[in-house]
Amino acid sequence: MTIKKWFKSGSPWIWLNAGAIAISMIMVVGLLSLILVRGFSHFWPAPIVETTLTQPDGRQVQLLGELSRSQTLPAQVMREAGVDIPSDIDLVTRHLIKQGNRDVWGRDFVWYPETGMDEWRYPKEAMRLERREWGDFYGYPVRLKEEGRTVAEGEKLWPELQQRVDRANELFDEIRGIERGDIGAVNHRMERVRLEERRLDMDRRAGRIDRASMEEATVELEARRAELADEYAVLQQRLDQLYQDVRRDTLVGRVMDGREVEIPVGQIIRAVQPNDMSVVSKVGLYVAQFWDFLSGYPREANTEGGILPAIFGTVTMVFVMSIIVSPFGVLAAIYLREYARQGPLLRVIRISVYNLAGVPSIVFGVFGLGFFVYFVGGAVDQQFFPAALPSPTFGTPGLLWAALTLALLTLPVVIVATEEGLARIPSTIRHGSLALGATKAETLWKVVVPLATPAMMTGLILAIARAAGEVAPLMLVGVVKLAPTLPIDGHFPFIHLERKIMHLGFHIYDVGFQSPNVEAAQPLVYATAMTLVILIVMLNLTAISIRNRLREKYRSESD
Amino acid sequence: MSTTNAAIGKDGGSPRGEALLPSGTQRARLRKWRYFKDGVSRYGVGAGGLGVVFALGLIFVYLFYEVAPLLMSADVTPHESYQIPGEPGAQTLHLAMERYEELGVRFSDDGVATFFETQDGTVRKSVELPIPPTARITGFSAAESRQRLVAYGLSDGTAVVARHDYDLTYPDDTRYIEPKLTFPLGKEPVVMDSSGEPLIQVAIQEGTRGFAMAALTANNRLVFSLYRTSTNLFTGDSEISRSEYELPSPPGVARRVLVDSDHRAVFVADNQSRLHYYDVSQPRNPRLVESVRVVDEGHQVTTMEFLVGTQSVIIGGSDGSLTQWFLVRDDNNERHLQEVRSFEPQPAAIATIAPELARKGFVVGDAAGGLSIHYATSHRTLLQEDILDGPIQAIGLSPVNQAMLMLGPDGRVTPMTLKNPHPEFSLGALWGKVWYEGREEPTYTWQSSGATDEFEPKFSLIPVTLGTIKAAFYAMLFATPLAIMGAIYTAYFMQRHLRGFVKPTVEVMEAMPTVILGFLAGLWLAPFIEAHLPAVFSIFILLPLLMLVVGFAWSRLPGAIRLRFPAGLEMLILVPAIIIMVWLCIQVSPLIEIWFFGGSTRQWLTDVGISFDQRNALVVGIAMGFAVIPTIFSIAEDAVYTVPRHLTQGSLALGATAWQTVVGVVLPTASPGIFAAVMMGFGRAVGETMIVLMATGNTPVINFNIFEGMRTLSANIAVELTETAVGGTHYRILFLSALVLLVLTFVLNTAAEIVRQRLRQRYSNL
Repeated sequence: MTIKKWFKSGSPWIWLNAGAIAISMIMVVGLLSLILVRGFSHFWPAPIVETTLTQPDGRQVQLLGELSRSQTLPAQVMREAGVDIPSDIDLVTRHLIKQGNRDVWGRDFVWYPETGMDEWRYPKEAMRLERREWGDFYGYPVRLKEEGRTVAEGEKLWPELQQRVDRANELFDEIRGIERGDIGAVNHRMERVRLEERRLDMDRRAGRIDRASMEEATVELEARRAELADEYAVLQQRLDQLYQDVRRDTLVGRVMDGREVEIPVGQIIRAVQPNDMSVVSKVGLYVAQFWDFLSGYPREANTEGGILPAIFGTVTMVFVMSIIVSPFGVLAAIYLREYARQGPLLRVIRISVYNLAGVPSIVFGVFGLGFFVYFVGGAVDQQFFPAALPSPTFGTPGLLWAALTLALLTLPVVIVATEEGLARIPSTIRHGSLALGATKAETLWKVVVPLATPAMMTGLILAIARAAGEVAPLMLVGVVKLAPTLPIDGHFPFIHLERKIMHLGFHIYDVGFQSPNVEAAQPLVYATAMTLVILIVMLNLTAISIRNRLREKYRSESD
Repeated sequence: MSTTNAAIGKDGGSPRGEALLPSGTQRARLRKWRYFKDGVSRYGVGAGGLGVVFALGLIFVYLFYEVAPLLMSADVTPHESYQIPGEPGAQTLHLAMERYEELGVRFSDDGVATFFETQDGTVRKSVELPIPPTARITGFSAAESRQRLVAYGLSDGTAVVARHDYDLTYPDDTRYIEPKLTFPLGKEPVVMDSSGEPLIQVAIQEGTRGFAMAALTANNRLVFSLYRTSTNLFTGDSEISRSEYELPSPPGVARRVLVDSDHRAVFVADNQSRLHYYDVSQPRNPRLVESVRVVDEGHQVTTMEFLVGTQSVIIGGSDGSLTQWFLVRDDNNERHLQEVRSFEPQPAAIATIAPELARKGFVVGDAAGGLSIHYATSHRTLLQEDILDGPIQAIGLSPVNQAMLMLGPDGRVTPMTLKNPHPEFSLGALWGKVWYEGREEPTYTWQSSGATDEFEPKFSLIPVTLGTIKAAFYAMLFATPLAIMGAIYTAYFMQRHLRGFVKPTVEVMEAMPTVILGFLAGLWLAPFIEAHLPAVFSIFILLPLLMLVVGFAWSRLPGAIRLRFPAGLEMLILVPAIIIMVWLCIQVSPLIEIWFFGGSTRQWLTDVGISFDQRNALVVGIAMGFAVIPTIFSIAEDAVYTVPRHLTQGSLALGATAWQTVVGVVLPTASPGIFAAVMMGFGRAVGETMIVLMATGNTPVINFNIFEGMRTLSANIAVELTETAVGGTHYRILFLSALVLLVLTFVLNTAAEIVRQRLRQRYSNL
């Protein structure tokens, strides 16, 4: 077959078409694997590399750190970036070394060219310390001190250090418990007292109560405030004590240029020597770090620590949204399909509702901000929370408005799916029910709607999947980079619809694009992205399994 | 039927009947209850359903509701007038108001400042200016209104400078405003003209370094003084140093003089319709740069004022003309006077101009009692009304633009409520080229906020709209071929089992949060492309070639191997080939750079004059293209797949090849569906926010350079909406852009939906 003939047969076009879908598939699979691989590998303890770099001017630099990634590029590019490269070299490989120790060097990620690098060594005693501040520390342990005197050196140091790190972590758990729990509760009650006082003051100005009863109430409030202040003082004292305890030990570490640095053990979250670990203990460490990530609070402007508040916020928001969207979506679909008079007007309405699914989400965000937050929220504040003004309660972005906005955004999805389900139910079933004397409502609620439940679930699944990943409208109506409190806690009324929430999607945007140290934050962003992808897939799978079970159930019943 | 029921009910005594059926009354009650429930369900569902539809419709309504105030023009409501406070015989030189609109101040030519309540004219305080008994008042001028500064020129060549100021106190929790006069250059008159000629015109302006004053003497000399205040660090006393300069005498008889707050320009209007511009940036060496005719021959300049920021001069002529002038740099970096725009003229000579204190607007009163409100940037006339019978003497505008005082010819002051919330808006300001202050030429610019009070907001939607189109264009350029070709192959050629895997996999990507795509585009793809530019372009060029080569090679394989694979698996053969190819391209990328681009493609691009941003349209095109591929693919695949089989089989039976069938039968039949798919995809690309927000630099530029970024409507909203004042013009313009997006995507989707429904009907007829 000649080329000419081959072209005439049209097969080249078929191959090109096949190529298009091949590229699409490669991109889809590649993207998912990129996220999963990068996300999961972040928690694997990487080996610590040590090497000596001889610079062109003959100076020698000791390097110690983790290899972040490598790159091969023309020497010209490096020269333009101001790196001194001998002129006989065309291609340069460079390595991004995470050398940590932000408090010592200022920069924790540095590119080094491979030329002039010594052989790479993996010293067993090199350690990585995960710290509460300043990021990771890389170096060698030298000695452990308790209140200034040395308590362990050499062989004994490492087990002793682990023990003391555990102790410090326990103390920190207690500190966090007091700060988040007890002091939080005191502050909450203190705020309530303040609001009550303002309300009294406003009542008196409005003439609803007289001065005497106000003073009486004020005295009582003062008493409560004093009581709370006492409680606070006790807690504060305990905290001071704990902080003092935590400061007891220090570790002296040697960094890569030979300097010795003192690190308070209280700052250390975890101390590891990855080059000295077996695969089993690495797996254990992996699981522990992964768990810390999922269940911990963020640190260092979100670039380290965990994402629990973001997961919690996302799930709560989606949950509240589902509660709003499912009844209304279903009602609207039933109305459009079963009750409304079918005609051209209804067709227009239906197409319009369907098309709202394709309207940019940011438009819903704009609507939510203008209408829900400022218009409705402002009115609610005037009416129900005047004591807190001028600081707004509902007149500011928050959980409720985020959920409502997303409910509006996903309504068309639920309506479309439900309507489709209702349309699929054979008219014979309806007629059978009506012929037996059932009213329209009975036919609808006892026969048609149960049969359409799987379709409704499908709609809800799609709605949830879309809501969980949507970020643009949330940026306007309720998501913040760091929420001081979770939307659900132990204080009445337990679920706080007015609070701002953290959100996985926004977390990705914020950490990836707004943080000062993007390089350090990147692994965390990948891990967060992976969590979001998994969360969305899991939500989908759960709902699909529910749908399948329902489908089974109704199939057996309708048989 | 009811009779039968009743009959059964009556002989309900039989034990059988009692066991099977409840009594008649019970059943009637039950029936009633059932009908009641039926009614509740009907109206309940009706209310709920209509409520939801209404709520969705509310989005349109509310966005319109927020946008509508932009179109409103200004409105003034005059209140009861009163006799001007203070000496009735004296002439009023200047009226002003403080920011709570409670007090007004009148400066009159008897040297008295009278503070009065704006409501009814009750005098709060009257202060006499420290004018020596030997001198007379010969000239007067007020600085830019927000400086609250006035200068009186005296007959002995000196001047008195005063500022009206207000102290706020809250005795008994109510606001009390205490007015006062301060003298920033001291109570002693300052010498302007050492030769002691009377000053017939003065001008003053405070700048960052001190004060500048210009004055015209009775013998038509122009004097210029700079006052630098320096505070002694130890004693806290401030010292004023003064330097006096003389400018070249203006040709003709000067009438009015102005000095700008940078102390670099002096403007003089003469009695022959000309404006003279002096460059005083080097005061020792002042130059009369040019003299320009600013009103028509035979008419005169009756008044001129700076707009806030002292960059623009508004000239009012005796023919009622109103023009805006400012200095524009020419090619030699020399500044020249330029007429920027002229406003709706008044029927009579312009009597007074009152610039707004924080915006580029101004209120004009003419000699026949006509009042008009204009806005410079938007070139909009917001109000034109005949309000008095005689000339309007003076206008005092409140700093927050909600009230004004107007002095009529009969010496009566009318307080007025002013409603002028959104003068910055006009279609011209949004969609046309606008000549902004300080620019060399009219431009399309989006720059909504600045650091200073006198910043001129620039609300051209052109850059963001073009940015939106640019992003959507590159995304569609990337996505459309891939998605449609992929859809044709998947629907028509692909083996059934493989299709069962491929289709859901691509479609699942529609649920992929765009924030993840955006983050990968910004943090992974953008640096990658920057480092591997040659690879990216060689991949774009080589991949189609590779497909053809692999296809041809496959056709040359011996049948024994070829026939072992069923048809419809070409995709699987191509996948490894493409992966290897891409990997190779990336590996040789640095070598290509060395061989062809002198070692650095970026530098090479810069050298040939193409500017390069790391986060550019190429990155956005790929990332957003990736986001719209599932949308287009899914709909197009459906359209192709549902082409009735008998059509294609007929074509094949007539001897057409598979590809001929696709081109001749399948595509024409499915083309409306494919068209709808592309429109849906375009709609999604237009409104996508997170990807463009993260994968571009968000600079509003006007070009289609693939290596530069853009700012889109949606990203613009996301960036700016939370940081703007609720209810302001900027806020509403952002709502307007949301409305534009909503309408645009709604129309696109509706068109697509109608096309699809038509198609469905056509298929069912075939």
